[in-house]
Amino acid sequence: MSDPKAGVEKPLPPDHDHWLVRPRTIAVLWIGFAIVLGLTLVPDLLIDHHAEFEIEGTIAFGAWFGFLSCLILVFGSLALGRILKRRDSYYDR
Amino acid sequence: MIADAWIASLPPGLLLILAGVVLPAARGVIRSAVLLLTPLALLAWIWLLPEGQGVSVIWLGLELTPVRVDTLSQLFATVFAIVGFAGGLFALRQGRTAELAAALVYAGASIGVIFAGDLITVFVFWEMMAVASTLVVLAGGTGARAAAQRYIVIHLFGGVLLMAGIAGHVATTGSTAFDLITGDSFARWLILAGFVLNAGAPPLSSWLPDAYPRASWSGTVFLSAFTTKTAVYVLIRGFAGEDILIWLGVIMVFYGIVYAILENDIRRILAYSIVNQVGFMLVGIGIGTEMAVNGAAAHAFAHIIYKALLLMSAGAVLYQTGKSKCTELGGLFRSMPLTTISGIIGALSISAFPLTSGFVSKSMISEGAVQEHLAVLWFLLAAASAGVFLHAGIKFPWFVFFQKDSGLRPPDPPASMRVAMVLLSALCLIIGIVPSLLYSILPYPTDFVPYTAPHVVYQLQLLLFSGLAFFLLLGFLTRTRTITLDTDWLWRKFMPAIGRLLGGLGRWRGWGGARSGLGRFLSGVTHISGPGALLARSWPTGIMAFWATLLLAAYLILYYL
Repeated sequence: MSDPKAGVEKPLPPDHDHWLVRPRTIAVLWIGFAIVLGLTLVPDLLIDHHAEFEIEGTIAFGAWFGFLSCLILVFGSLALGRILKRRDSYYDR
Repeated sequence: MIADAWIASLPPGLLLILAGVVLPAARGVIRSAVLLLTPLALLAWIWLLPEGQGVSVIWLGLELTPVRVDTLSQLFATVFAIVGFAGGLFALRQGRTAELAAALVYAGASIGVIFAGDLITVFVFWEMMAVASTLVVLAGGTGARAAAQRYIVIHLFGGVLLMAGIAGHVATTGSTAFDLITGDSFARWLILAGFVLNAGAPPLSSWLPDAYPRASWSGTVFLSAFTTKTAVYVLIRGFAGEDILIWLGVIMVFYGIVYAILENDIRRILAYSIVNQVGFMLVGIGIGTEMAVNGAAAHAFAHIIYKALLLMSAGAVLYQTGKSKCTELGGLFRSMPLTTISGIIGALSISAFPLTSGFVSKSMISEGAVQEHLAVLWFLLAAASAGVFLHAGIKFPWFVFFQKDSGLRPPDPPASMRVAMVLLSALCLIIGIVPSLLYSILPYPTDFVPYTAPHVVYQLQLLLFSGLAFFLLLGFLTRTRTITLDTDWLWRKFMPAIGRLLGGLGRWRGWGGARSGLGRFLSGVTHISGPGALLARSWPTGIMAFWATLLLAAYLILYYL
C-alpha cells in the first residue's frame, strides 16, 4: 500500500529545513496573524451590529466569545479525558 | 406513455445496485467505466425525472410508491451521485473489488431511500444499506472484522426498531405513505429511534467512530457520505419541527467536539466530527422552520462534499504512509503539497470559513435559531462553531501536515486520487463563492444573504480567535497514544465481564451438595446456547425439513380439531 519512494528521512535542523518552518518565518507568521486579528476588530468600531440578542452587541463579541468557548472546550475535554482515557491497545487485550 | 410512466416509477438507485452486482465481473477499463459512469448516468436520470409520484403498486395489501420526486429528494440524490462519482474516482486503485461493489450497492440503496414514497420501500433500502455498508467496513481487512460485527448488530437493532415502528404506524393510520409523521403514538417514537440511530445520535453513537475508521483508505470516504445523511433526509421528511431533535443535536455537536479533541487517530477525529456536523443538521430539523430546514438540507449537501474531501486527504496520507495517528505523522506538507491544500480547504469548509461551502450552509441554521428567538441555542451553536475550528479546522491539518517533522517524505498520491481531491476542493469553494447555486435547489425558496459585513466580520473574529486559542493551548493539545472510552465500552468490556462472571458462578462447585437453582440454570443456559451447544450448532437441512413437516402436520391437525 505505502509507496516505496516514501522514505523516512532524518528531520532537518530548523535552520536548514523548508522555509515555512524556519524560526524567522514563524516569527513573521505570528506578527502577520496578530495584525489580522487586530484588523478583524476594527470594523466593530465602524459598523452597527444589528444584534438580535443583547450580549451579541458587545464590542468584539465574536472574538472574546470564540476564544472563551475554546478555553472551556479544551479544559473541559481534558478533565473528561483524565477519567476516560486509556492506552490505544486497551480493547486488544 | 405507459412505458414512460414505468420508467418514472423505477427507483433510480437500482442503477447503482445493478452496477455493484456486475462490477466484480468487470476488469480493466470496463471496471473503471462502471465505477465512474454509472454515478454520472444516475445524476442525469435524477434531473430528468418529472416531479411528483410515480406509479403505485399494491403488494401484500400495502400501497408502495417506489419513486417520489421533489426538490428535497433531488437535492440529496444529487449530492449522493456527486460523491459516488468522486469516491469512485478516488477508489480507482483500490484492489479489493468487493469493497467497491459493496460501495455501489450502498450508494444505490441510500438513493433508494431518498426517492421512496412509502415507509415499506424506505425500510427495504434501509436494511440493504446496513448490509452493504457492513461489507464496506469488512473490506478494511482483518482489523475491521470485529468492528464490522458490532456495526451490523447495532444497525440490525435499529432496523428492528424501525420495522416495529412502521408496522405500528401502518396498522394505526392505515397508510404507508412517507410524509411528516405526526401524533404521539409509540410507533412514531420507534420510527424516530430507528432514524436517529443511523444519524449517530447518543447513546449508541459509538458505532460510527468505532467502525468507519476501520475501513480502507477509500472505504471511509463512501461511509462518511451515505448512512448519516440518509438519516438526516428521513428526519427532515418525517420529523421536521420535532423539538427533541434540537437537544439531541446539541448533545451530538458537543460530544463530537470533546471526543475529537481527545482523539489521536486522524480518521477517528474525522468520524467524531461527522457526529458533530450531523448534530448541527438535527438542530436545524428540530427548529423546523423553512429557514432552518433549508439550512439542515444545505448543510448536509455541503458537509457530504467537504467531509469526503477531508477523508480523502486522510486516506491519501494512509495510502502513502500506512499511518493514521497524529503521534506518528507531521510535516507532510513538504512532500504532499496537493494533499495538504485539499485537506486545508476541507478543514476551512467544515469550520464555515467565509468563501467556503460550510459558511453559506451553517449560517442558515444559525439564522433559523435567530428567527425563532432561541437565544440559548444560538449561543451554544456559536460556541460549537468555535469548537469545530478547534477540533477539525486546525487540529486535523496541523497535526498531519505541520507540527513536528516526522521525517516521512511520501509524495502526493496517484493521479486518480489527486483529481478526486481537486474536484471536491473546487466544489467547496464554488458553493462558498456562488451560494445561489446551492440555494436554488433547496427544498424551500430562499432569499437568504450569507455575505453581510457584520456576519462576515463576526465569523472571522470567532474563527481567528479560536485559532489563537488553539496555538496558545497547543501544549495541552499534544496527542498521546490513547483512546477515549465511549458507550461501546458497555458491550466491549462491561457485558463480556458480567458474562464471564455469571459463567464462572454457573460452573462453581462450591454451591454445596445441592447446587443452587441459579447455578443449575446458568449451566443449563451454557449447555443449550454456549459455544458449540445445541442452539449454536448449524443444522443439516434434513432436520430443518423434518421439523417444518412436523409443524405443518401439527398445524393441520389443530386446524381440523
